[in-house]
Amino acid sequence: MRLLTHNMLSSNIKGVVNGFPLRIEVEKVVEKTVEMNGEFLKKMFEKVDWKALIDASRAMGYTELPEEADSSMLDSDEFLNRFHHALLEIHLEEGALVCPETGRRFPVNKGIPNMLLHEDEV
Amino acid sequence: MKLKQLEGLLGGLQQFPQPKEELEQYPTGPHIASRMLFTAENSFEDVSNKVVADFGCGCGTLGVAAALLGAEHVLSIDIDPESLEIASVNAEELELDIDFIRSNVLELGWRGPIVDTVIMNPPFGTRKKGADMDFLSVALKVASQAVYSLHKTSTRDHVKRTALRSFNASSAEVICELRFDVPKMYKFHKKKEVDIAVDLWRFVPASHQRST
Ligand SMILES: C[S@@+](CC[C@H](N)C(=O)[O-])C[C@H]1O[C@@H](n2cnc3c(N)ncnc32)[C@H](O)[C@@H]1O
Repeated sequence: MRLLTHNMLSSNIKGVVNGFPLRIEVEKVVEKTVEMNGEFLKKMFEKVDWKALIDASRAMGYTELPEEADSSMLDSDEFLNRFHHALLEIHLEEGALVCPETGRRFPVNKGIPNMLLHEDEV
Repeated sequence: MKLKQLEGLLGGLQQFPQPKEELEQYPTGPHIASRMLFTAENSFEDVSNKVVADFGCGCGTLGVAAALLGAEHVLSIDIDPESLEIASVNAEELELDIDFIRSNVLELGWRGPIVDTVIMNPPFGTRKKGADMDFLSVALKVASQAVYSLHKTSTRDHVKRTALRSFNASSAEVICELRFDVPKMYKFHKKKEVDIAVDLWRFVPASHQRST
């Protein structure tokens, strides 16, 4: 699971008010190289939650993203490379996503998060 | 990529070895799936460089087609773990990087308008009445650009009315009518139901109009 996916998921358990961002528990991370698409990154920069992305990438062991970012940084290739890597190339292979309010764990196995809710959570 | 080439690659994908009746598991064949995504890309530019979500991905055919046509990020969702396992093998064999999630499409929590396009062949609602419209309702909330979906031709007026009035779609158009072979794998299927008329729809969600 890429961190872009993490950036768009939230916990939907009954009664939870703010289910985003899900905390990441890491057992295994894998990296897969993909070609960089500058236009796509510029579009995504407007849409991602930056704070959630830095925290997630740190949890995954990647610490190169700047604390604060603004759109002027998109002119820097170095910044784009880092953003690209964090968003699309680091995958959570084994571990869990954890609801920030209830602490309920959604396990991730073979890269696939199991977000299925129990009957009493719907 | 040429249409024939896309159809050929989709034809090589592994499909449900033991389809589960209650989940209405039947694959979109390579002929229909390739045309669905080819049209989305070449007539509407809804695929390449986009974030695409495949709702009820089964063994992954539609999401694989989107990735082959240059979608930047594909997120494929199904409730059934066995299907997801096959789907991820299918993606791996074509060296495609697709994210999979196990979830009930109707219960997943989303943040923000990140998904551009939703593609889906929803359960037609043979087992659970209205299932296809439930999928459509969610798809129109999640997508910011377009939703491609298949629905029985016999429900065309209902689909259009509901999409526009209840789900606030800003447009709902049938792109083409297709013959869909629902394989004879289900005992309860009467013969006449095996080959059914299905519409390929393109819906534009309400938010898109506001943002452009
Ligand atoms: C008609 S099949 C289509 C499969 C695949 N998209 C294709 O085109 O070949 C419908 C799929 O939806 C899945 N499904 C049914 N209900 C679901 C739900 N509530 N949430 C997620 N997936 C569901 C089934 O497991 C099945 O894989």
